[in-house]
Amino acid sequence: MIKVVFFAALREQLNCGELTISSENITTVADLKQQLASRNEQYQALFANTSLLSAVNHDMVDGEQSIKSGDEVAFFPPVTGG
Amino acid sequence: MQAVSKQRLKIKIMNQEISIQIADFSLADEVALLEQDNAIDGAIVTFTGRVRNHNNGMDVSGLTLEHYPGMTEKSLAKIINIAKTRWNIGRVKVIHRIGALDIGEQIVFVGVTSKHRHDAFAANEFIMDFLKVQAPFWKKERTEQGEAWLDAKATDDSKAQKW
Repeated sequence: MIKVVFFAALREQLNCGELTISSENITTVADLKQQLASRNEQYQALFANTSLLSAVNHDMVDGEQSIKSGDEVAFFPPVTGG
Repeated sequence: MQAVSKQRLKIKIMNQEISIQIADFSLADEVALLEQDNAIDGAIVTFTGRVRNHNNGMDVSGLTLEHYPGMTEKSLAKIINIAKTRWNIGRVKVIHRIGALDIGEQIVFVGVTSKHRHDAFAANEFIMDFLKVQAPFWKKERTEQGEAWLDAKATDDSKAQKW
C-alpha cells in the first residue's frame, strides 16, 4: 500500500487529506498521478494541473521518481510560506 | 568523557536550529541565544517576516498557515546544510509559525551568525529565498471577500534560482 497525502487548496478541493492506495501497477509518481486522476472528474481536473508539486517520503521529487509499497507520497500546490 | 559531552552539546544545538510553532517568538531572546557563549562570531544577521495588511491591492485581515509536518523540518534542515557548505557561518536559527495569525504578527525568523558580515548576510538571504520555494508551508488569506489560498509568486522562483 502507498499512503497518499494532500495539502492546502488541493486537500480542500478533493475534500480529502489522506488515502491509501494499492501499489499494484504503480512504479513511479507519474503512475500514481494517473491512477488518482482516473478516480473521478474532480481528481482528473486537479491532477491535470502541471504546477502541482510532489514529495516522496518528505523529499520533493519529479514524476520519474520510483515509488514502492510503504512510501508516503504527497501532492500539493506551490508553497507560499515565509 | 569530554568528547561525549561535546558531541551531546553539538546535537543539542543542531536540534534547536529549526522550530515550527504556533506560539510567537521574541526577537531579543533569539538574538541572545545566537550571542550566548559565542565570542568567535562578530556578525549576526536576522530577518523577521510579518503579516502585511495588504496583498495584491486587497485589504488583508489575517492569515492561516498550513504545513506538512515532518517534511517541513527535513526541507529546512537541507537548506541550512547547503548554506553551511556555501558560507562560513556559525549558528543558524529558523522559526516558522503555523496556525491563525493577525496583521502585524511575526511569521518567520531567520538568524545567522558568522565571523564577518558577508557570510551571515548572504546565508540569511539564501535560507529565506529557499524557504519560500521549497519548504512546505501554505498561506490562506482572510480578506473582506472571504478566505483564499495564496498563489505562489514567479518572482520568488527567480530569486531562488539566482543562487
